[in-house]
Amino acid sequence: MRQEITQTREPLLRRMWRSMQRDPLPPRDDRGRMRLVMNSLVLHLHPSKVAKPTLRFTYTFGLGGLSLLLGGVLGVTGVLLLFAYTPSPEAAYNSMLTLQTRVWYGQLIRNLHHWSANLLLVVVVLHMLRVFFTGGFRTPREFNWLLGIALLLLVVAANFTGYLLPWDQLAYWAITVGTSLLSYIPLAGEVISRLLLGGPEVGAATLTNFYALHIAVIPLLMAGIASFHLWRVRKDTLTVPRRADEPPPERVEKVTTIPHLISREVVFALVMLALLIGWSALVNAPLEEAANPSHSPNPAKAAWYFLGLQELLLHFHPFFAAIVIPGLGLTALAVLPYLESDMDVAGVWFRSKRGRWLAAFSTLIGVAAAVGLVLLDEFVLDLPALLPFLPTIISNGWVPFAALLLAIIGYGEFLKLLGARACEVRQALFVLLFAGFITLTAIGIFFRGPGMALVLPRGVLS
Amino acid sequence: MSEQRLQSTQENRPEEQDATRRDFLKIAWGVAGLLALGEGTLVGLRFLAPRTVEGEFGGVFTAGAVEDFPPGSVTPFETGRFYLVRLEDGGFLAIYRRCTHLGCAVPYDPASGQFVCPCHGSAFALDGEVLNPPAPRPLDLFPVGIEDGMVLVDTGKPLQRDHASPSDVTYASGG
Ligand code: HEM
Ligand code: FES
Repeated sequence: MRQEITQTREPLLRRMWRSMQRDPLPPRDDRGRMRLVMNSLVLHLHPSKVAKPTLRFTYTFGLGGLSLLLGGVLGVTGVLLLFAYTPSPEAAYNSMLTLQTRVWYGQLIRNLHHWSANLLLVVVVLHMLRVFFTGGFRTPREFNWLLGIALLLLVVAANFTGYLLPWDQLAYWAITVGTSLLSYIPLAGEVISRLLLGGPEVGAATLTNFYALHIAVIPLLMAGIASFHLWRVRKDTLTVPRRADEPPPERVEKVTTIPHLISREVVFALVMLALLIGWSALVNAPLEEAANPSHSPNPAKAAWYFLGLQELLLHFHPFFAAIVIPGLGLTALAVLPYLESDMDVAGVWFRSKRGRWLAAFSTLIGVAAAVGLVLLDEFVLDLPALLPFLPTIISNGWVPFAALLLAIIGYGEFLKLLGARACEVRQALFVLLFAGFITLTAIGIFFRGPGMALVLPRGVLS
Repeated sequence: MSEQRLQSTQENRPEEQDATRRDFLKIAWGVAGLLALGEGTLVGLRFLAPRTVEGEFGGVFTAGAVEDFPPGSVTPFETGRFYLVRLEDGGFLAIYRRCTHLGCAVPYDPASGQFVCPCHGSAFALDGEVLNPPAPRPLDLFPVGIEDGMVLVDTGKPLQRDHASPSDVTYASGG
């Protein structure tokens, strides 16, 4: 074979193309395909063979891969935006206007960056849910779950720092509200918020800080941790899915990565890219009036992904709403895989048949409880007025927090009495809290009007 | 057999001595590492510390003559970021417009005679006292001085307080 090649004297360009790969292209048999994966810089992120059941789309839903794709789109469009953007309070807003009206495809590039960023947040959370519900975080994959949480936090941080850059009213006040949450951290809060803002209020120094974080610190961290994450997926391999009533399979059928996995990935990526570009061509990213530090819009809302937290703030003392509850939630999320020792449910959707029912039931309870409690606190209960002799951190903090905690623990014990296994109870509690949080977020987005009063979404009544 | 054992215990002895030396070195390395980390953190934090700009918002403002502000009036000062409030009894208060809840700019609502925050609905009385939560404390104050019939406001450091009190109010002496 080799001889034939040198004898026929290939054209130069063809030889260059061939020389890019260490193995003959295209590979002729399975061994060649496996070698190609192993010896390629990019492809060797994959093993040369994968377990066939993991290829099923309805197992991973391609969510991890989609996160990676969106990360790539964000990188490319972000670098393009750098060429059009000026990070100073005087110039930032005008550079956005110029970008949208005078730069060829400026609006499209901005839209792509905006929508990819928001979609990434949704997709990463869905990916986390997929991993949780299929038990994909069991030994030896616990640490990869932690890396995942770090990535989730970085995605939120990237969204948050990017939010300020257009320097419009939305940006200015969302960041003012968001950073003020920090000052409620006991002792260190004031110092941290001053460090981040570079002063007492959002201003020129804040923009400089956020810009540096957004274009350098966060993307670099993200690239590093994402590589680590993918390397661990490669080393640990994907959890093999199975049905609840099947024992773990003795031997799993394996197929070569080329073409079985690669072709699926390419098709999925191209379809998603087409949808993303189509959407971005039609729907513009919002841009309001230039930032005006003396006029907060009414209602002034944080970015949509913080509206669950903002809703909590309406009901709890800020120390609980901004620090205790999110802190406990994150800690619980981080230790989740270390609580699970029960290996025989790895790869089973929702742990078991009963697990599925309990999860569905807990979703309903979570939604109903969130709606009910919001209405109760809004229209009926006024704890600080009922307990005027207590400081609000107790009457509006410890008291409702303890009541809520007891209710949650009680719910878990109740499920145990019904005969649910520990892993099913944990799942049910996770779903309960997650559904509650999503409901609060939805209330914050759609049902809060001027003065943060409860209203029906626009268009429902009028 | 016994010879061998003897040998091995003899060999062990220097190793044990080594172990304490190794422990010492381990601790020394650890301490050195922590020191380096601390220094690095300190340098980083000092480098990133907020740069204060003198002379802008933060200086002393001359609001105007005492009689320019009728009792029961609220006058906004944009660049100073405060409201000069003159209470019905003639006393002055300079109220920082930044909401103590989450930092929104609080507008004055003449219809109700209150400061009502658009962000989460906190309401404050003319003296800054909380009328409606979620704000955890009254609006912050800037110190007011009256010299030669002129009202001066020092925006250098906002004063935080847990409750509004009559001692917050400044009166034009004798006038
Ligand atoms: C930028 C964000 C992220 C990227 C690019 C990413 C990428 C990936 C990819 C490509 C996979 C292979 C399987 C799949 O596609 O579902 C994977 C698996 C995994 N991910 Fe992520 N991920 C991200 C965030 C997260 C988050 C937020 C978590 C959880 C907190 C997480 C936990 C895991 C775990 C435990 C696995 C192994 C699952 C199994 O064996 O079934 N990842 N990730
Ligand atoms: S910022 Fe004023 S009420 Fe929240």
